[in-house]
Amino acid sequence: MFTIVRREEMAEGTVILNEIEAPLIAAKAQPGQFVILKANEDGERIPLTMAETDAEKGTITIIYMVVGRSTALFRDLKVGDGYQDVIGPLGKPTHVEKVGTVVCVGGGTGVAVLHPITRAMKAAGNHVICIIGARTKELLILEEQMRAASHDLRICTDDGSYGREGFVTEELKDILDGGQVDQVVAIGPVPMMKFVSKLTAEYAVPTLVSLNPIMVDGTGMCGGCRVSVGGETRFACVDGPEFDGHQVDYDELMLRLQAYCEDEKACYEDYCRLHDTSTAE
Amino acid sequence: MSVKKKSKAPGRTPMPEQDPEVRRRNFLEVPTGYTPEMAMQEAGRCLQCKKPACVAGCPVSVDIPGFINLLAEGDITAATRNLWSKNALPAVCGRVCPQEIQCEELCILGKKGDPVAIGNLERFCADYEREFGTGELPPKAADTGKRVAVVGSGPSSLTVAGDLVVKGHQVTILEAFHKPGGVLVYGIPEFRLPKEIVAQEVNFIERLGAKVACNQVVGRTVSLDELFEQGYDAIYLGVGAGLPRFLNIPGENYTGILSANEYLTRANLMKAYKFPEVDTPIPIGRDVVVLGAGNVAMDAARTAMRLGADRVRIVYRRSREEMPARLAEIHHAEEEGIEFHLLTAPTRYMGDARGRLTGMTCQQMALGEPDDSGRRRPVVIEGSEFDIDCDLAIVAVGSGANPLLTADTPKLRLNKWGYIDADPESGKTSMRGVWAGGDIVTGAATVILAMGAGRQAADSIHNFLTWGW
Repeated sequence: MFTIVRREEMAEGTVILNEIEAPLIAAKAQPGQFVILKANEDGERIPLTMAETDAEKGTITIIYMVVGRSTALFRDLKVGDGYQDVIGPLGKPTHVEKVGTVVCVGGGTGVAVLHPITRAMKAAGNHVICIIGARTKELLILEEQMRAASHDLRICTDDGSYGREGFVTEELKDILDGGQVDQVVAIGPVPMMKFVSKLTAEYAVPTLVSLNPIMVDGTGMCGGCRVSVGGETRFACVDGPEFDGHQVDYDELMLRLQAYCEDEKACYEDYCRLHDTSTAE
Repeated sequence: MSVKKKSKAPGRTPMPEQDPEVRRRNFLEVPTGYTPEMAMQEAGRCLQCKKPACVAGCPVSVDIPGFINLLAEGDITAATRNLWSKNALPAVCGRVCPQEIQCEELCILGKKGDPVAIGNLERFCADYEREFGTGELPPKAADTGKRVAVVGSGPSSLTVAGDLVVKGHQVTILEAFHKPGGVLVYGIPEFRLPKEIVAQEVNFIERLGAKVACNQVVGRTVSLDELFEQGYDAIYLGVGAGLPRFLNIPGENYTGILSANEYLTRANLMKAYKFPEVDTPIPIGRDVVVLGAGNVAMDAARTAMRLGADRVRIVYRRSREEMPARLAEIHHAEEEGIEFHLLTAPTRYMGDARGRLTGMTCQQMALGEPDDSGRRRPVVIEGSEFDIDCDLAIVAVGSGANPLLTADTPKLRLNKWGYIDADPESGKTSMRGVWAGGDIVTGAATVILAMGAGRQAADSIHNFLTWGW
């Protein structure tokens, strides 16, 4: 078992942080890599990119949004409980080098994945500007951490409750118009990555995105995570999870992510009915 | 009475099976097994040849007349022990080996009538011993203090582990999935090989003293060099082929198109056929097309039928004669109502606005001259295109070499297809102290061939640990 040593609820309880004992993975993991977690015997294998690793403590940290039965099951695990299985580190690490000015754009729980990459970009000697966004102030995560990891932090909320009112792309456009940007890293909901990539393509700024398609094994065996990149089929688990944002077919990815949504909806409602005391009776 | 004196053999004892109409909607095992009486009767048919041809047909050289003789004498425990001395997985092999092209094909009785049902007898012994046996373990050599890491836990790895642990070495199996068994748990369906049986075969090897560590992706969680640093004296790589092939035709990323690897892994390893009782979903097709005609294609088609399909079609570009699946599997599939559309090849998939598969365009093929594989090459009949409807397509056209481990290990020499270059006699690779066998060397083959490779590698590893490289 992989024991949870720390648990936090973020963004009004919709986003959960788990720090998990996994010394072998913590010793090897690099920014951008992911793990697969399975809560119990009958659980589903869920891929999540690591938000933090601590080789000395032997722990990894994941931050996820509760969206279905499997993540609801994760949410209900307490400190001292554990995951039956954690597999990794999987996928290729982020390619980090000194390029000049890097803009890191994060949305939703993508901010968690972006955090170690941002830190690594700064450590590599880049000038790092960060834009993080959320629907509303309460849903924003890791503000202080992102401020520390970058040179310049910008915040956007859709409703204007905090920072700039509007999408991260608007802030990004101002930065692109304002001066030289050598690389963009965008991690968040698929539509956000799509529109960031569309924008940076106009400015011909290389853009890295991190994809999280449906997966089973995470080792190249099932092909469920196939994505079209530059007209070719690639497996996100072994060829990614990061790809050239200008080459990804986001529309196809969005449709593929819907493959089980009806099953999942029914299954989640089922779980809530059985486990959520607030809606019982 | 000695079995040798039976001159005129009666016909082969059939193994009872679930009725096709019933089994096509359940996941219980299809053949239900011999009773002791049936097994004795069948064992009595063996001529106990002085020079048994059958043994030469077995990749792990099971002492076939030997175990059958013990069985005919009623000593099932001794018969099973005899099997174990050559084969760590008799309950698996008795079920999934292609006996008809191995031991049974060479049986003398087969020249005039039906060969002895060697596979059925092997299965009977292993099942009987598991259920009623004492659980007593075979003898084991004293601890040599040598440590062996076995990477992967499929049939070749389990054979290596079983062989070496009995010889006194300390064996640790490293499995990437959360459950050991490799293709035996993720690939072969419950109705052909119950997972409880695989678990017990693995448990047998654990009871012998081998350790099993799951969730270890060698090449990611740990490298080969690190394994040597940890003090392992030898490493065996039995990681399987594992990279699914697709057809690379337009529309292949519509939802509703899955590799057989994904479909079967969901159904078998993740037990998605029990969804929503378990958490992993699987697409339920009403009108299913399976592309390919090997054993994996049959497994996928029969799984789709059991999951409630109205219609399941196998689409294959060659003819019946070239189908790579075992005859028994084709026969079972046909009995269960699977349709075969032969000399047919898809050229593109069609989907709706939501990106879901709705059908495919196919063309008729004819057989031309033989190709590299010796099979007649399918050639397109021009102007023969036609469309078929389907809401689920499962691609079962083989697999390639998974580069995950080999990319992390540049010292390991590969062949031109990306498989590990290993000596065919010993399994030795280009890296000192590292052996490989099974599908990652040969490309996708059978359980028993992988076990044969494992046996040879285990002998070579034992020699190395005893005498040196």
